[in-house]
Amino acid sequence: MNASTTYKPVLPDAGQLRALESESIHIIREGIAEFDRPCLLFSGGKDSIVMLHLAVKAVAPARLPVSVVHIDTGHNFPEAIEYRDRTVERLGVELIVGSVPDAIASGRIPESTDPGASRNRLQTPVLLDTIRSNNFGAVYGGARRDEERSRAKERVYSFRDEFGQWDPKNQRPELWSLFNGFIHPGQHIRVFPISNWTELDVWQYIADQEIEIPSIYFAHEREVFERDGMLMAASEFLRPTAGEVVTTQMVRFRTVGDMTVTAAVPSTATTLEQVIAEIAATHTSERGASRADDRTSDAAMEDRKREGYF
Amino acid sequence: MELLRLATAGSVDDGKSTLIGRLLYDSKAIYDDILKSAEQVSRRQSAEYLNLALLTDGLRAEREQGITIDVAYRYFATPRRKFILADTPGHVQYTRNMVTGASTADLALIMVDARNGVLEQSRRHAVIASLLGIRHMVVCVNKMDLVDFSYDAFAPIRDEFRGILNDLNVENAHFIPMSALDGDNVVEESARMPWHTGGPLLAYLEQVDVTYDPGERPLRLPVQYVIRPMRHEYHDYRGYAGTVADGIVKVGQDVEILPSGKTTQVIAVETPDGEADQASGPVAVTVRLADDFDISRGDMISSLDRAPRTTQNFDATICWMSDTNLLREGTTLRIKHTTRIARALITSLSSRIDINTLSAQPDCAELKLNEIGRVSIRTSTPLVCDDYTYNRTTGSFILIDESTNETVAAGMIGSPGFGDFASS
Repeated sequence: MNASTTYKPVLPDAGQLRALESESIHIIREGIAEFDRPCLLFSGGKDSIVMLHLAVKAVAPARLPVSVVHIDTGHNFPEAIEYRDRTVERLGVELIVGSVPDAIASGRIPESTDPGASRNRLQTPVLLDTIRSNNFGAVYGGARRDEERSRAKERVYSFRDEFGQWDPKNQRPELWSLFNGFIHPGQHIRVFPISNWTELDVWQYIADQEIEIPSIYFAHEREVFERDGMLMAASEFLRPTAGEVVTTQMVRFRTVGDMTVTAAVPSTATTLEQVIAEIAATHTSERGASRADDRTSDAAMEDRKREGYF
Repeated sequence: MELLRLATAGSVDDGKSTLIGRLLYDSKAIYDDILKSAEQVSRRQSAEYLNLALLTDGLRAEREQGITIDVAYRYFATPRRKFILADTPGHVQYTRNMVTGASTADLALIMVDARNGVLEQSRRHAVIASLLGIRHMVVCVNKMDLVDFSYDAFAPIRDEFRGILNDLNVENAHFIPMSALDGDNVVEESARMPWHTGGPLLAYLEQVDVTYDPGERPLRLPVQYVIRPMRHEYHDYRGYAGTVADGIVKVGQDVEILPSGKTTQVIAVETPDGEADQASGPVAVTVRLADDFDISRGDMISSLDRAPRTTQNFDATICWMSDTNLLREGTTLRIKHTTRIARALITSLSSRIDINTLSAQPDCAELKLNEIGRVSIRTSTPLVCDDYTYNRTTGSFILIDESTNETVAAGMIGSPGFGDFASS
């Protein structure tokens, strides 16, 4: 096809960010008003940080009447955990950790020994156990529709059955901003307040609101090695195999997840402005650049989401 | 410029997915890795050109069957504007998905195949968009490459469609001859149709004004959530949180609380940016009032003049969305209207509307999936509402099945903007 290069990705202006902000606050308030026990999934990643920031605004000056849940694979960036604990402390909210290592130790879930396997998929049963044992009716998540094509199809209020499953072919119609939160016991709703935000919107909002984010989002020196075309951080959780050479490079992370599946990108961006400039100019999607788990198949995310993944 | 929410409807054959793929591709909203994967699949399918629909169809079943089943949301931006596009399927069996996509849009893109002229399907899309209160439409007369880019092929289609949109009271209609496959008049002006002086689609979308002046409108603020901080420093604080649905809320303004009818004064307006003198929609605000009335979720804060209706009985146009149940007179359902939930009894089903001919079929015993009809409803508690044609937020509702919890209907209070349907 005859590619035209007239338009480049551009930064949203302040008025457009304000519109997204109000839409998200509206969604968050609906959930808090309609559900007895909502929780908010928080990983210390930028999307959940923005969602939490919006949730605090939605109920100000009251404290957030929502538990913060972290599903912990045990393979964490220490910077993200430190950020998580400090944030929860500052806001005075309850933190509930669903632990994958604990579930493996207790025999609740088996750990795969397949070399290509990660603990990412193991998060799903732990998440569902956490939702069930705490009786959460609404689970706020920071997913965005621009991330991935099966997410482009997802509702703002996404219904999950007793098994936590998403049925993409049988979703409730979602009209205007009239969300249907009615569920039977055992079912729950995943609520996605920042569905309509793009990656650039999130970054621009972080800059606009001067929101603190974990240091690994900025360029820093790190020991990395190349695997499957991606730069993986060498850590106690992930060691290079024969033929993979560890070098020290200036990198940053575009997403924050399990250390064994989250790749770094080469970068010199040490300020928010520089990070935004890099993202505006990039040619690779966020998940394509940094999530090993989404490269497994064309429909990897759709399959995981059907099982109850976030 | 404000962000633009637009909806499009269409099926595989009329080039809708190609147009969206082209908009995303040419505005650089498609990353290289996504494009590479689409190119690989196109090669596997032995296609002669990149199948742009692969960039938009998201679910495994959609890619396998080559159809769009459900609404997908797409995001792209130019230096002038950010766009949120609801991409919906065009077939009559997916009318409910079209209604869903159109419910949040300010502008609709309608596809017409230049070879076939105005078919039933394009007409139906215009009717649904208009029914959902969309006042701005762009008609894309596509596949001009297959009619030699001829003005004589374009003009009669434009004139016929203009007549339809006039009948539907569409405020602002714009027509663009294009070839989405080749990119003519999508992002770039086409050199092959010098007779078209209206410019390409993207340039039009960048500058079209879909706003209205909130200063001319009465206040509507549905109370979403009452904020009562259990903190010593905010001992007497009581804030009413909600999203401004119409007009302006100002400090010092006299307001009426509905349905109670009590009046009081706004003493503070808090926006996501902090305290302000005033705010207009759709901003999420928290207001504080001079008097300590019992106000809760579901109540409406309104200006004293041009107050909304408070009623338990109203007529509405609904689109039925259940594939398992039928709608009949006497059915009881849950209703969600603004932030209020009540029970709703269908007291009468007066007609079914044929969306192809715009005629009303009066002897109607039931509504099936995707059918649109006129009903009378009685609710268990009063609703504070306006006609949908006056305000899309205070005039819309959904109906929910009480046993399955499914959303089974989209409803619009009053009759659609294009007046009474002719009886057939």
